[in-house]
Amino acid sequence: MRVIIDEGRCVGGGRCAVAAPEVFDQRDSDGVVVLLRADPPAEYAEGVRNAVMLCPAAAIELREER
Amino acid sequence: MSDSLPVVERMPVERPAGCPFDPPARLAELRSRAPVTPLRFGDGHQGWLVTGHAQARAVLADPGFSSRHELMHLLDPQIIEVPPAGPGQFIGMDAPEHTRYRRLLAGRFTVRRMRSLAERVQRLTAQYLDDMAARGPGVDLVDAYAFPIPAQMICELLGVPFSERAHFQHLGAVANQADVPMEDKLAAFQEMGGYIADLVERKRARPTDDLLSDIIGGDLDHEELVGVGSLLLGAGLDTVANMIGLSTFALLTHPDQRDALHADPERAVEELLRYLTIAHTGFRVALTDIDLDGITIGKGQTVAVSLQAANRDPARFASPDALDLTRQAAGHLAFSHGAHQCLGQQLARLEMKVALPALFERFPSLRLDVPPQEVPLRAGDDVYGVRHLPVAW
Repeated sequence: MRVIIDEGRCVGGGRCAVAAPEVFDQRDSDGVVVLLRADPPAEYAEGVRNAVMLCPAAAIELREER
Repeated sequence: MSDSLPVVERMPVERPAGCPFDPPARLAELRSRAPVTPLRFGDGHQGWLVTGHAQARAVLADPGFSSRHELMHLLDPQIIEVPPAGPGQFIGMDAPEHTRYRRLLAGRFTVRRMRSLAERVQRLTAQYLDDMAARGPGVDLVDAYAFPIPAQMICELLGVPFSERAHFQHLGAVANQADVPMEDKLAAFQEMGGYIADLVERKRARPTDDLLSDIIGGDLDHEELVGVGSLLLGAGLDTVANMIGLSTFALLTHPDQRDALHADPERAVEELLRYLTIAHTGFRVALTDIDLDGITIGKGQTVAVSLQAANRDPARFASPDALDLTRQAAGHLAFSHGAHQCLGQQLARLEMKVALPALFERFPSLRLDVPPQEVPLRAGDDVYGVRHLPVAW
């Protein structure tokens, strides 16, 4: 599982930081997403999928390669 | 395909009798037939009405649909031309103008910052519950609880003295109220702007530890600061207050949901947001021809996105007309979607998830003090809710 973020699209809604706090955080200065783990373990997959679904700006992409 | 669909000549607004929480039944009919359907706007313009969840989400997420006010046709036949958003009024702007303001402000509303305010919300809530207990039984819940908690929070965050609320507390309500003449609304906006302009000068002379003081040091000019300050204060005064008031009404008429509220307030709040969707409609304008579900939205056409209909779409939420606080309602569009999704959504969630359970813990016997059909509703206002909610215990 590989997570890719697009800082340019991010609007700092914080949905990802709630859905998968082990994977996403926010910069204090402008609220933009900070990726804590680009290849998170499978246990966080559901949270990451939720973050992708909830992100208002489509700034998160999940590649479930194997 | 669009040629075959009849034009809806008026945006449906009539709720089913005795159902203060349900969207107009006509919206559900339209959604089941055609989730994207032609709609006549107030000035005669033929645009579109979106009632499906997937379609609403697609419109709101697509930067090809603009939020610029001056491009929009509205439903109100009194408004023929909409002026462009003023300086700092970023809800009516697109990228990159919108992005500049959003980036400046989003850092003030992060999940982390809002968590740091939890204790303050809890203390305020306890204080207003004490006041209620001292005044009642027999109070207007809006006046005693639903309004003051979010109002005081947004004031403290922005740096607006809550003691000066007489200057602005009715403004948010008047500006959004359906039966107020346009000139009175404009006067209310001007009064709010004048108050904030004066406040900005005071903060410039004597900065304090708050959002307004902080952004005064940045690159926004005076007009932009006033625009941002007015927008955030207005948004903070007239939104969560309505959610707390209307949610309390809903919980009092659905007593079977009370256990679920206490069991998981976070989940419960998402469902209340979905079920009540107090900001009913969002508007966008196509900047080019855009394909939506096989229908071409023409360049320049306005789209009314019915958030309340989208949040009751059975294709997205099972038994959508049931209030079920145990359901997974995340993914609702109550805060809209896309780049303009509510800036203060994490603050709103925090206030609701503290204030609602605390109210029923403190007053387990809380009840309506009038028959439910006599509760005055904000029908037709920009933001729905109860005008008053007489309660006793």
